[in-house]
Amino acid sequence: MAVSKKMKIVVVGGGLAGLSATMKIAEAGYDVDLISVVPVKRSHSVCAQGGINGAVNTKGEGDSPWKHFDDTVYGGDFLADQPPVKRMCEMAPQIIYLFDRMGVPFSRTKEGLIDFRRFGGTLHHRTAYAGASTGQQLLYALDEQVRKYEVAGKVTKYEGWEMLSLVLDSHQVCRGVVAMNLQTLELKAFPADAVIMATGGPGLIFGKSTNSQTCTGSAASACYQQGAKYANGEFIQVHPTAIPGEDKLRLMSESARGEGGRIWVPRKKGDRRDPRDIPESERWYFLEEKYPAYGNLVPRDIATREIFQVCLDGYGVNGENQVYLDLTHIPAETLNRKLGAILEIYEMFVGDDPRYVPMRIFPGVHYSMGGLWVDYEQRTNIPGLLAAGECDFSIHGANRLGANSLLSCVYGGFVAAASAVEYAKNVERKETETNGIYDAEIRRQQEINERIIKSEGPENQYKIHEELGKWMTENVTVIRYNDRLKATDEKILELMDRFKRISINDSNLWATQALPHARQLWNMLELARVITLGALNRNESRGAHYKPEFPERNDEEWLKTTIAEWSAEGPVFSYIPVDVSLIPPRKRDYSKPKDK
Amino acid sequence: MKTKNGRKKVLENPPQTIQIKIQRREKPDAASYWETFEISYRRNLNVISALMEIRKNPVTKEGKKTTPPVWDMSCLEQVCGICTMVINGRVRQACSALIDDLILDTGSNVITLQPMSKFPNVRDLKVDRSRMFEHLKRVKAWIELDGTHDLGPGPRISNEEALERYAYSRCMTCGCCLEACPQYHDDNYIGPQAIAQARLFNMHPTGKMNMKERLEGLMGDDGITNCGNAQNCVKVCPKNIPLTKAIYETNRDITLNVLLGWLKK
Repeated sequence: MAVSKKMKIVVVGGGLAGLSATMKIAEAGYDVDLISVVPVKRSHSVCAQGGINGAVNTKGEGDSPWKHFDDTVYGGDFLADQPPVKRMCEMAPQIIYLFDRMGVPFSRTKEGLIDFRRFGGTLHHRTAYAGASTGQQLLYALDEQVRKYEVAGKVTKYEGWEMLSLVLDSHQVCRGVVAMNLQTLELKAFPADAVIMATGGPGLIFGKSTNSQTCTGSAASACYQQGAKYANGEFIQVHPTAIPGEDKLRLMSESARGEGGRIWVPRKKGDRRDPRDIPESERWYFLEEKYPAYGNLVPRDIATREIFQVCLDGYGVNGENQVYLDLTHIPAETLNRKLGAILEIYEMFVGDDPRYVPMRIFPGVHYSMGGLWVDYEQRTNIPGLLAAGECDFSIHGANRLGANSLLSCVYGGFVAAASAVEYAKNVERKETETNGIYDAEIRRQQEINERIIKSEGPENQYKIHEELGKWMTENVTVIRYNDRLKATDEKILELMDRFKRISINDSNLWATQALPHARQLWNMLELARVITLGALNRNESRGAHYKPEFPERNDEEWLKTTIAEWSAEGPVFSYIPVDVSLIPPRKRDYSKPKDK
Repeated sequence: MKTKNGRKKVLENPPQTIQIKIQRREKPDAASYWETFEISYRRNLNVISALMEIRKNPVTKEGKKTTPPVWDMSCLEQVCGICTMVINGRVRQACSALIDDLILDTGSNVITLQPMSKFPNVRDLKVDRSRMFEHLKRVKAWIELDGTHDLGPGPRISNEEALERYAYSRCMTCGCCLEACPQYHDDNYIGPQAIAQARLFNMHPTGKMNMKERLEGLMGDDGITNCGNAQNCVKVCPKNIPLTKAIYETNRDITLNVLLGWLKK
């Protein structure tokens, strides 16, 4: 036990998972260095809209944590290791109650209890919500609690710092991180007894997605390149309802359908009438027709594929890649109260008023089920390195259910905090030499920076990023073909080669965004290969991963977790069994109520 | 910009190009200067996508190669607050500033971008708003908990109360209110944002128990009395937070507490 100095834990990332972990560690009396690229209150968790799941069962529906567990595992097409999912679902009600005590303005029932609404992949009202900006509200509650610990001196924030790499000792044990100040470009080592990665998802690999600009996956990729295992990378969730845009795809929450929103297209191809002039009988509510039990609330992978196919078949509104998401049958007052924040987003960016005009939406890349491999205590394969939230692979299997991400972030953060403290208290360092490892890692990172700054080639990093995004979106999202996946990997290799000839085009290094972007881009390229090759290898269809050449789930060969390990020649893949010890796998069928 | 039937007003005869005029600064102690960039017009551009286009190939309208403009951005759906800047003289988020609307508004294809003027300018359009987070510490903008262990649900709250608090809780610390406030300069005044956050917690059944400390944080030289009732804050708030109501009600709470002798003036 390290008695000579004070214990210190580094948390990288200040979203829901990072702040959950930070709060718990500080509460237990230990010091945290919290590193974040943006002020933590501006983290991507603010974008989560619809709510957080927990089987509180205040609606008299006989809901239970076990049913929540079963819905989650079934929705994830049985790829998730089950024990942590069960533990999360059991913890969910008390997590919601904790946020309630922290002052989150959850929507209320007549009796003043927390109200719950429906979400995808379940038949129960299980989702607590604060208007339609639940992520923002939960993040703020944690931000406030962590600020209290900052005032008390337990938490030191490094906002505007980007984690570049791990510091590993001669036994490949994590002893801290190196991060870069995004104004001065100063590199600094942060020694730590344990490090928790809570750095979110990699949506920017796909160019445009529903993710924030900070969601590059760069930090998780850095860990992968230093020996952390990356699991199930090929499982990328494409959200069925997003608003296409020039700079990003803006999420239109599943709560719109949870509150009764209906998806439809005109029955007649190329029908150009105003949607309000198209009579009921000439509208095709294709989700309700094909999935009578769940209707518009089928899980996201299914809704996305159906919308995609309808547009491929030429039924898209005005012949374009868009379908209607219709709320106009619901009173405007109800909509304002329950969905106000997302309707504002639609009005702001599209201009039409969704209370009176059906919204036009299309699927967009949204979430990575895959991430850093962790055990049931959120520990990666590198001793001293833990991970929580979207950057870890656990919980969601092959497809995440709506409103389970906020829950898994908080759950993962809480478990990682306890686990990191436990590790830091008990780790035996023996004679391990740490002299010089911090300086050596800073030097290594400095050299990478200098190489990029000096590079004076004809290539443009933003154009490389655009090409990456286009290829990934076209070939590695909803429908996947092996020949196209192969071609995409070759394209990524070409982009990696061209990367070596970029010029950062910024002679002013003070607060430059060109160097950080270049470093993120390289890390995105590394991770893009993990996603693409993982998809190429997996010859079956499961959850969000769909191949027309292999349309069925194949448990015999592929009920396995994909593990990618970095090597100089590219990712090396291996496969490990999935822990299905609690619920035996069964076929998914959302056309009828789920059997128990 | 909407017409009566709920449909957006469309920009007819859009220009071929748009000009983005940016007030730039190399570093905090350097002088500021202007540069104008010209990009082709496309439908559905916002200020962010125009800036992204410029960043790819930073050459001014006159053909001079220059450094890429620096600005902050993250969520791009007006919920993180980071991309706030002054656009055509008005403080707002760059992500929700649509080029078509700006052209419809001014009739011109020239759009000016400036950094917020009330905060330290880091570079170009990037400013440092960390003082706003410091203000939150001063007003103890949090609920005191016995611990994060399981203690069951919080107090019952009516939906009306929850909705009233929700309105304040959407504050994304963007700083529009401080930028527009005629009283606020050189961080002399804690400002509407922090006062509204104090109000948010003073309204909560548990938060109320620490109301006195929160009010004390607002009673110094830079406290609530600096408000000159110009009401600019409430006009520029992108989340329509009733900031003037928060200031009024907080003033009322302070007066009441002073009268009752619970707070020292």
